[in-house]
Amino acid sequence: MRPAGRAETDSLYFDYPHFDAPKDRSRLDASAPVAIVGAGPVGLTAALALARDGIASVMFDAKSTFNDGSRAICIARQSYYILERIGAVAPFLEKSLGWTTGRSFYRGQQILEFEMPDSPREKYRPMYNIEQQYIEQYLWDAIEREPLIETRWQSEVTGIEDLDGGVRLTVRDPNGSYDIAADWVLAADGARSSVRKLRGLSLKGENYEGRYVIADVQMDHDYPTIRRALFDPDCRRGGTVLVHKQPDNIWRIDYQLRDGEDEADAVAEDNVRASVAAVLADLGFTGDWELEWWSVYSANTLALDDYRDGRIFFIGDSAHIVPIFGVRGLNNGLADAQNIAWKLARMIEGQAGEALLDSYTPERRGATLDVFANASKSARFMTPPTPGWQLMRDAALNLALTHPFAGELANPRQMTPYTYADSPIVSPDDPGFYGGPVPGAPLPEARVGDGFLSDLSGPGFTLITFDPDLAETVADSDLTTVALQPGSEAAEVLAAGPESAYLVRPDGHIVSRWTRPSSTLVCEALKRSLGRDRT
Amino acid sequence: MTPRDVETVYEALALKLDAVGDTQRELFLAKLALLLSHDLGDAERVCLRIDEAALNIDS
Repeated sequence: MRPAGRAETDSLYFDYPHFDAPKDRSRLDASAPVAIVGAGPVGLTAALALARDGIASVMFDAKSTFNDGSRAICIARQSYYILERIGAVAPFLEKSLGWTTGRSFYRGQQILEFEMPDSPREKYRPMYNIEQQYIEQYLWDAIEREPLIETRWQSEVTGIEDLDGGVRLTVRDPNGSYDIAADWVLAADGARSSVRKLRGLSLKGENYEGRYVIADVQMDHDYPTIRRALFDPDCRRGGTVLVHKQPDNIWRIDYQLRDGEDEADAVAEDNVRASVAAVLADLGFTGDWELEWWSVYSANTLALDDYRDGRIFFIGDSAHIVPIFGVRGLNNGLADAQNIAWKLARMIEGQAGEALLDSYTPERRGATLDVFANASKSARFMTPPTPGWQLMRDAALNLALTHPFAGELANPRQMTPYTYADSPIVSPDDPGFYGGPVPGAPLPEARVGDGFLSDLSGPGFTLITFDPDLAETVADSDLTTVALQPGSEAAEVLAAGPESAYLVRPDGHIVSRWTRPSSTLVCEALKRSLGRDRT
Repeated sequence: MTPRDVETVYEALALKLDAVGDTQRELFLAKLALLLSHDLGDAERVCLRIDEAALNIDS
């Protein structure tokens, strides 16, 4: 929502583009290898990831422009690797604000300062703040450079029917309606997914009581990019407030609604202005500010039982809704997009077995359930659901005023990448390793020469070996071999001996590792990670 | 802890529970439980005591 007199996309700092429906009607019904429903950040990322593997797609979005408002503003380190691999990271690095520190306050007094893991061996910061419009804009700029992706705006998918070996979509735009066949469909159409409804599927899970208004203001506020959480502040007794800095002098203020506070009243412009003014007074800000945009949000943990329905895969919010605390909504959506894209591309290219596609749900739904466990902890602290949780939360905060150990309970446990430990396509660990990342975990970063370990990854699978002889015995068109020095920083991070090797997937997760590898072992692991070991 | 020590704690708690008043008594006890747990440094033992303390409490 925006202040009276301003249209939904009339922003103080961002010019929304306008996209027409397709004008040329002659080839609208030509079949596509992949149809992507929804051109939000997740759909755009999926299209770019597919194109990177040489797969063409047609993308549909019912809107005529990007999503309104700043929405998801925190991008985690792991997502920057995804943006890098799809060739879009440069403008993000230029625009976004990286951060490592968070501060929590109780009744105006600081009770916790936490640092997210960071070091000179990391290529990217643990977190970046940037408004979602820019996320969509920068992904869109990359899409426009990509001939394999066709985007159809103002195009609503109104029907889906299974075909033998494909899916038929019915699409309606302002100029008419048509059918188009696709071999595969990615449903990236958000929390209110129409594809999900058309398939008769529903999200299952819990709805927490906590409701927040999220409001953006523009102001010259002199404070570093540090996330602030205000518990029980003067401006909102009994409630919680979150403050984030964004580019363009935009500040995100999330404030909790009281029990019984009417949602319709709460989002009325006068009430939002009064609530924001009270928060700013608490922050000690006395200058001018302008209200940019606001919305209301409630904490949910909801997911589909299966992220695959025949030839349709659900990615992002269409598959799962998570609480905002811990910033896992968008970041997990981007990981979904990358996960299904490399698998689908190899399936379409004939390199993979059906088991590869079946690994999408256990891997990504597993990540969602992990998020639920962590985010539920955060949500219980931010908005305690029962008197017991409320009392212990208040006791922890109150005790933290004099005893810092209790303040640690206010640590929001921000997004950490998920390990696909139970994935059917990940190999068992080699017990010979002492430390280092296990199979299923993302490859950690290390400095190598003037760059980083991740810079050496190939376009597909990567074999990292500390034994140059192994590099010469393994060959596969989808495999890049990287030989590193024993004793190097990378060797230390990977707990690697002089013969150790790691096999890494296109999404940067480890397939397998060996202290005594052989070309046979590597080939077997590669086969398994493409779903070809079971036929 | 001698019986005399226990009595000292017993009395100090009674006096403080009255001093903090009706509305803050629960909060005070919860804070104290966290603080003593931290001093004890044994989560397993604290969880055992949590269950023991709940015995014979009629709801």
